[in-house]
Amino acid sequence: MRPRARLCSVIAGTAALALAAAACGGGDGGSGGGDGVVRASWGDPQHPLEPANTNEVQGGKVLDMIFRGLKRYDPESGEAEDAMAESIETDDQRHFTVTIEDGWTFQDGTPVTAESYVDAWNYGAHVDNAQVASYFFQFIEGYDEVHPTEEGQRPTADTLSGLEVKDDRTFEVTLSEPFSLWPETLGYAAYAPLPRAFFDDHEGWLAKPVGNGPYKIDSYRQSQGMTLSRYADYAGPDRPRNNGVELRVYTDNNTAYTDLQAGNLDVIDDVPAGQLANAENDLGDRYINQPAGIIQTLSFPLYDRGWRGEEGRKLRQGLSMAIDREQITSRIFHDTRTPAGDFTSPVLGDNGGFDRGLCGDVCSYDPDRAKDLIDEAGGLPGGSVTITSNVDTGSHRQWMDAVCNSVNNALDQRDACTVNPVPTFADFRNRVAGHEMNGMFRTGWQMDYPLIQNFLQPLYYTDASSNDSGYSSGEFDDLIDRANAQGDEGEAIDTFKDAERVLVHDMPAVPLWYQNGTAGFSERVSDVRLNPFSVPVFTDIKVG
Amino acid sequence: MGRYVIRRLVQMVPVFLGATFLIFVMVYAIGDPVSGLFGDRGPDPATAQALREEFDLDEPLPLQYVLYMGKIFTGDFGTAFNGQPVTQLMEHAFPISFRLMLVALVLEVVLGIALGVITGLRRGRSLDTSVLVATLVVIAVPTFVLGTTVQYVLGVKLGWIDPAVSPDPRLDELLVPGLILSLVSLAYVTRLTRTSVAENTRADYIRTAHAKGLPRRRVTVRHLLRNSLIPVVTYLGADVGNLMAGAIVTERIFNIQGVGYQLFQGILRQNSPTVVGFVVVLVLIFLLANLLVDVLYAVLDPRIRYV
Repeated sequence: MRPRARLCSVIAGTAALALAAAACGGGDGGSGGGDGVVRASWGDPQHPLEPANTNEVQGGKVLDMIFRGLKRYDPESGEAEDAMAESIETDDQRHFTVTIEDGWTFQDGTPVTAESYVDAWNYGAHVDNAQVASYFFQFIEGYDEVHPTEEGQRPTADTLSGLEVKDDRTFEVTLSEPFSLWPETLGYAAYAPLPRAFFDDHEGWLAKPVGNGPYKIDSYRQSQGMTLSRYADYAGPDRPRNNGVELRVYTDNNTAYTDLQAGNLDVIDDVPAGQLANAENDLGDRYINQPAGIIQTLSFPLYDRGWRGEEGRKLRQGLSMAIDREQITSRIFHDTRTPAGDFTSPVLGDNGGFDRGLCGDVCSYDPDRAKDLIDEAGGLPGGSVTITSNVDTGSHRQWMDAVCNSVNNALDQRDACTVNPVPTFADFRNRVAGHEMNGMFRTGWQMDYPLIQNFLQPLYYTDASSNDSGYSSGEFDDLIDRANAQGDEGEAIDTFKDAERVLVHDMPAVPLWYQNGTAGFSERVSDVRLNPFSVPVFTDIKVG
Repeated sequence: MGRYVIRRLVQMVPVFLGATFLIFVMVYAIGDPVSGLFGDRGPDPATAQALREEFDLDEPLPLQYVLYMGKIFTGDFGTAFNGQPVTQLMEHAFPISFRLMLVALVLEVVLGIALGVITGLRRGRSLDTSVLVATLVVIAVPTFVLGTTVQYVLGVKLGWIDPAVSPDPRLDELLVPGLILSLVSLAYVTRLTRTSVAENTRADYIRTAHAKGLPRRRVTVRHLLRNSLIPVVTYLGADVGNLMAGAIVTERIFNIQGVGYQLFQGILRQNSPTVVGFVVVLVLIFLLANLLVDVLYAVLDPRIRYV
């Protein structure tokens, strides 16, 4: 997941700044204009632009343009399709033989080989490189040796033992456990190949990253902007339909929105919350509001005695039924959120395991039933409940107030639910990680890859990396293990859904709503759409 | 005068150390910034540990401060979490904010003092009343509202300016943002000058000057204005720092990548090296601006002597 909101939304996204060059004279950022270049808003990436060190949208946006990995997620369906991969074969869901297509080159002219992948993955996995997305490589055998989990432990190996180069175009991957959908995860940027230059001249590479994707970077001025142009020797099918992209960093997405209205910008991919009500009027059919792979939930501290046991379960289900999701999504979010009916996301599609009806009554607003359940459980622990979240970004404060009002009305008690605001995101995460919660707290998940597995395992498997509520269920773990070992994709997904039903019964977290990605574009461009990660598909955009 | 300046400079050392230490403690006391870097995913302990070591976050706080100050004196302000040296951020941000500050300061000095003198000389007339009402409005309406309104009207409706400035803004691009930034101070300068001028017009030395038969213009500029400027200069001195550090709102509205932007971004991401580094430089600017003001007193009023 990448947190969206960290800055803007990480749970939403981040935000940004930039430049405007145009009318008044245009600075040297280039003023776009009739040269077929798309001018888009950008935010300063939070981390250096290394593939395995990027876990937020703004850095991801660039990586998506300058890199192509083994797979690519189809912007429309979200399905993983072969990009550089010619074939990925396995007999036992554990040993994979990867063959890459011939003819791919990096933008510095060097060929992309099996070694480019293996070196990149070893770099991303190694603890000394402190890459924030290292965990992507955790499935590969030998991860524990290069990336010990305990603080202070030293790695005992330099490279992943599960990776082996066979020849220029082939390498073998051994996973530590069977994971049938593993090839489908390979569309994520962390799995991108890296040229030798990355290792030989790291500083130089960071100043101007070089990849193998449809665009190459012409100039990069950190925290100001970037210009990209078509990479002439790009070997993939999705060649850009424009001449390039100019990314301008904006401090505040309101300014980007104003710049779009003034015609100084072509694409913004995060409509500011304050403008959502006007966006449809201002932009008409140039306003995009489509599902993104993000779900918002409220988690319970299952490590706290008051929320445990059969009574705790009834409380959790009761609270879920006390929330009027319909009203909140339309009034506060102007339909940029959709009431959630399961623990996944609409971007998975029905074939991918999305099932809006899976949660059923438990996720529907039913104040009477909610009150009954909570009364049966002996009332809220201590007589009231809090909702905790950081309030520095997004509209967290507003929707939390609304959820609390909804609960208070359902229980007919004025102070049953109160909001407990935390000033900063980092502070909030510290408290969550330290198990200091005693009431509900906000949890959001932005998928790493469009697989049902990614919405379940990292969040609810015993001791999983983002299992913030401390949920542990033998039945659930068992079903996840079985699903991962299944060879047939359809059966695997059905088993994942069975696991999800366990969650509906246990309710370690209340699904609130699916989040949409929003974007707007100018009259100068067409064919703008967002991929399942809410990043504009730049290669498709036509200018003029 | 030389000795006075040296004494003041020496006094700055404890002030500087104290102020930076307080800031350091406050920024780092908010909590561990590393977990914020991982978003909603719990950080894996080994990577978090490696990052803490990289930024010296595993040391006790006082030691961190000593390490930090030691590096600062060698010109190393550390590295922001996005891998960029903080000095590089400063190199870019400070000149921009300085330009913006300059535009704002010039507007505020020229317009503020001119309006102040005119209204001070015509107390009670309709011009005086309208200017007073106008300043009241400016002070009462938040910069945010004025800024976005002006931006929308001039930038979108009329198309006279770009709503956002370029990454390396020229002075003319900064005219409107500078005006917005200076408006509140401008109103204060107007009011201060007006009061001061109004008071001094009744002073003995002004009557004497008139009695000597000096032309009115000379009386106003040389005698009246010079004496009336002391409170204004005090205010302007403090305002230099405010304009540089306090432009967060204006810089966000017009997308100016200056000090305010870097501070805002740093605070939001709990990027301690950025925040502390920028504030340290701002502390220096405040101290020097105040020293400059004190020295200016002597220039304006010969009765003030420093020994």
